[in-house]
Amino acid sequence: MSTKKFMFLNRKAPYGTVYALESLEVVLIGAAFEQDVSLAFVGDGVYQITKGQSTDGIGMKNFSPTFKALGDYEITKLYVEKESLEARGLTLDDLMELTWEDEDDDWAEKPSIRLVSSEELAAVFDEQDVVLSF
Amino acid sequence: MSTLHTVNKSPFERDSLATCIRLSTKGCAILLIEDGVFGAMSGTDHSDMVSAAMKDASFYVLGPDLAARGMSEDRVIDGIQVVDYSGFVDLTTKHDTCQAWL
Amino acid sequence: MKYCIMVNEGPYTHQASDTALQFCKAALNAGHEIFRVFFYHDGVNNGTRYTVPPQDDRNIQQEWSKLAEAHDIDMVICIAAAQRRGIMDADEAKRQGIDGDNIAPGFRISGLGQLIEGGIIADRQLVFGD
Repeated sequence: MSTKKFMFLNRKAPYGTVYALESLEVVLIGAAFEQDVSLAFVGDGVYQITKGQSTDGIGMKNFSPTFKALGDYEITKLYVEKESLEARGLTLDDLMELTWEDEDDDWAEKPSIRLVSSEELAAVFDEQDVVLSF
Repeated sequence: MSTLHTVNKSPFERDSLATCIRLSTKGCAILLIEDGVFGAMSGTDHSDMVSAAMKDASFYVLGPDLAARGMSEDRVIDGIQVVDYSGFVDLTTKHDTCQAWL
Repeated sequence: MKYCIMVNEGPYTHQASDTALQFCKAALNAGHEIFRVFFYHDGVNNGTRYTVPPQDDRNIQQEWSKLAEAHDIDMVICIAAAQRRGIMDADEAKRQGIDGDNIAPGFRISGLGQLIEGGIIADRQLVFGD
């Protein structure tokens, strides 16, 4: 199978709708296909990876810990649009610490979240072969 | 590589069109479909945003969705090309990737 | 050109399924191939044969079934999304101890891998949703 660049575009907040959860489910399955996978969190999508999600009160499953597994699946490019964070009064500190271990660098732990400007993210989108929007 | 962006929600309902414009690059195409066609209309609160974006992107609007909503092609912003479904298909062949802004 | 189409919404509530259908018809008319249509999220609800829409309006499920048959299109309903929403084929119903199945002709239930595979094999991937 040839390698394509797959982008998962997330623009919706978690829990209010199912899209965030079911998007992550595609990502996990997609990991097995050894494609060049990236995730983008834009607009309310940035809320999918905030720290401290506690869902007992709403009776739904907290699926945010699953993002922590992405590094193990070799999904290491999680783009977060700076403008979207700032518009929501958030900083990198409000987001979960998502990391991956670089085997080419003595298994050094590196951040998977890449904070990018709109311009930078637009350039990333342009490189993609397949964009799945949720 | 150039991208065909599709926007299917009204700019009055959702920020999809504004976000698409912000996150697309020069030389791309933006096709307005379904409720997104309202973004193609002149004289609205969003027309200036769209006109400004037309410097870098080619804009298209799906004619059948305009007609369904009683929007006259006469009132579409100058420079936005009206296409039908076969025109939509053609656009997908002319651009390398399709990106949906839902 | 070979297309993989993703339909994220069910029939009638959103225009997504209609637009996808119209796109597929236009693409086929132009001589292109629809490699796969993948139904995800509420899109799986396009694949139940139990809908009885008003006679004077389009029957979305039947349109998909007819299109698939006429052009040999692979229409896949995601198993995870289907299980959540109650779309079953006979095998799945038996496996789960459910007293019936409702899948419409021309649809098959399979895994998310089919979506990724579709994206890899097709020349163009389109998403129709909300």
